[in-house]
Amino acid sequence: MDAREGVLLALRQIRAQKLKSFFAVLGVVIGVMFLITVVSVIEGMNRYMEEDFARTVFGLNTITVSRTPEISFAGPEVWREWARRPRLTMEDAEAIRERLEVPALVAVESHSGGELEAEDGTEVENVWLTGASADYFRIREFAVEKGRLFTGLEDRLGVPVVVLGYEAADRLFGRLDPLGRTVKVNGFPFRVIGVLKKQGTLFGMSLDNRAIAPARSQLGRTINPHNVVDNILIRTTDDQAMARAQIEIEAIMRVRHRLRPTDADDFAIETAEDSMAFWAKISQILYMAFPSLVGIALVVGGMVIMNIMLVSVMERTREIGMRKAVGARRRDIIMQVLVESATLSGSGAAVGIIIGIALAQIVRAISPLPAAIAPQWLAVSVLLGAGVGIAAGIYPAARAARLDPVVALRAE
Amino acid sequence: MIAEEVIRTEGLKKEYVLGSEVVRALRGVDLVVRRNDYVAIMGPSGSGKSTLMNLIGCLDTPTEGEYWLGGHAVARMSDDELARIRNREIGFVFQTFNLLPRASALHNVELPLIYAGVPARERRERASAMLERVGLAERMDHRPSELSGGQRQRVAVARALINNPSILLADEPTGNLDSRTSEEIMALFDQLHEEGQTIILVTHEHDIAEYAQRSITLRDGLIESDVSRAAATV
Repeated sequence: MDAREGVLLALRQIRAQKLKSFFAVLGVVIGVMFLITVVSVIEGMNRYMEEDFARTVFGLNTITVSRTPEISFAGPEVWREWARRPRLTMEDAEAIRERLEVPALVAVESHSGGELEAEDGTEVENVWLTGASADYFRIREFAVEKGRLFTGLEDRLGVPVVVLGYEAADRLFGRLDPLGRTVKVNGFPFRVIGVLKKQGTLFGMSLDNRAIAPARSQLGRTINPHNVVDNILIRTTDDQAMARAQIEIEAIMRVRHRLRPTDADDFAIETAEDSMAFWAKISQILYMAFPSLVGIALVVGGMVIMNIMLVSVMERTREIGMRKAVGARRRDIIMQVLVESATLSGSGAAVGIIIGIALAQIVRAISPLPAAIAPQWLAVSVLLGAGVGIAAGIYPAARAARLDPVVALRAE
Repeated sequence: MIAEEVIRTEGLKKEYVLGSEVVRALRGVDLVVRRNDYVAIMGPSGSGKSTLMNLIGCLDTPTEGEYWLGGHAVARMSDDELARIRNREIGFVFQTFNLLPRASALHNVELPLIYAGVPARERRERASAMLERVGLAERMDHRPSELSGGQRQRVAVARALINNPSILLADEPTGNLDSRTSEEIMALFDQLHEEGQTIILVTHEHDIAEYAQRSITLRDGLIESDVSRAAATV
């Protein structure tokens, strides 16, 4: 018997007994739904990491030198070791700028949270404050919506000027023009010289509620001790230059920290690729952990389907007897049961895919987690569903095929 | 001139083990059925009538003895070979019709052709032609539940004949029908017989057996009598 007939027959049966069929495939529905939702979120995270996160945090062709890595799996002992490391200084940044042979932009940055206060007393809290040098804007590719960025001279002199993020400016001044106004940053007065273009969000966090001022200004001193900076940023023109720069920077820093050849680095050099590698490790773990959960759901689902198919075979004993009487061979009966069970399970998988996609969309809508549907996983789900159906159908099919036509025809 | 043999059995025996007892359902049946014979097999329950029908219908194999059907020695065939013989050489008509309840009359008649591997278009054509032949041209898309008992049995007859079988094997074909509908079905059998079909009818009703030209009575697993009406031997 051809498979098309079997599929149609199975679909007719599903339509005739909707509720029973739904419960029969519930396990498969849940398994596939879970699979699709989780994979969509992981896939979305992947894409997000590649397209947004890595660039936002580390930047394209940008090397970040810091005392400790931004992203790590380190335990408490490692943290204790890191705490003894020397801080990075303005002089470190100067040394890198002077000795680096690869053409590059060098800037420093220090971050903290703080508050802004406008002249009329309007306060904005939890603002992301950055003390940076002038080239920071070129490295991060920040452009102003209005006004201007601070200059190298303002940076060196530590002039109290500030560039506000779009949201911070909006919340402080509303419809008023912020340019030229005074804003208190952690209590110190700064003159607003520019407003940055809108950046959007990262994991639900606003990238626009911020203020950037020269690292040598009063702001820099509220974040770190005199001359100390969090990170040194080095931006090169391309990948190759970045690879060379990384080696040079390591050498420069080792000399400055007077490390012997046997000593390990007491600073961290990171790039966007490092954060990608870190994420790849996490997604690998997720990809290994979730399928086993999905597997359990599918095994349970398969057992339910097997039960349903056994009942279905027993209910149709006479029909099977008749089919054998008119010429069905064992393999025809086996095929019929397998196709039916695969169709049943496959429909369950289809329902699971639909619910899974819907769930992924909901997750995307109500949480900062992005979700992207990966077509190859839809195919995997359908195959998985049909595979579970076939596996679950083997025993009932064998039972059906073994029926003696004489006995089967006499069955009530 | 004597017509060719469709069925020949020699010393057909069938034994079952029922608990600790051995039931000897058939104890050596020799039978010859020729083309275009119309045979009624009769006998009280326990006479071996059903067992003989199962063996003739290739639903079962004998414990001992030989059976040739349309030139094939079927006594020692495998399951799949028997399925093929049932498909090509035998058309079953059952007391309870045994139609697929959710399928149309047309699909029910097509079923043996599906197992014979006939392509869909040809199946449809042959099945509708056969339904016309049994007088159901107007009922092809009806499901069994939408048909009367007589119409259902006609669908079953159409299904039985769809592969041009050597024999039409009917097991109490009127057992579930009222007397008027029974006559209708038996008239159809007469018509098929006139058209050259070989028919074997298993029944315990004498008036139904009367339609046949030859009646074989079984008792205790042996043929008790084999009577042909004069008209049949012309």
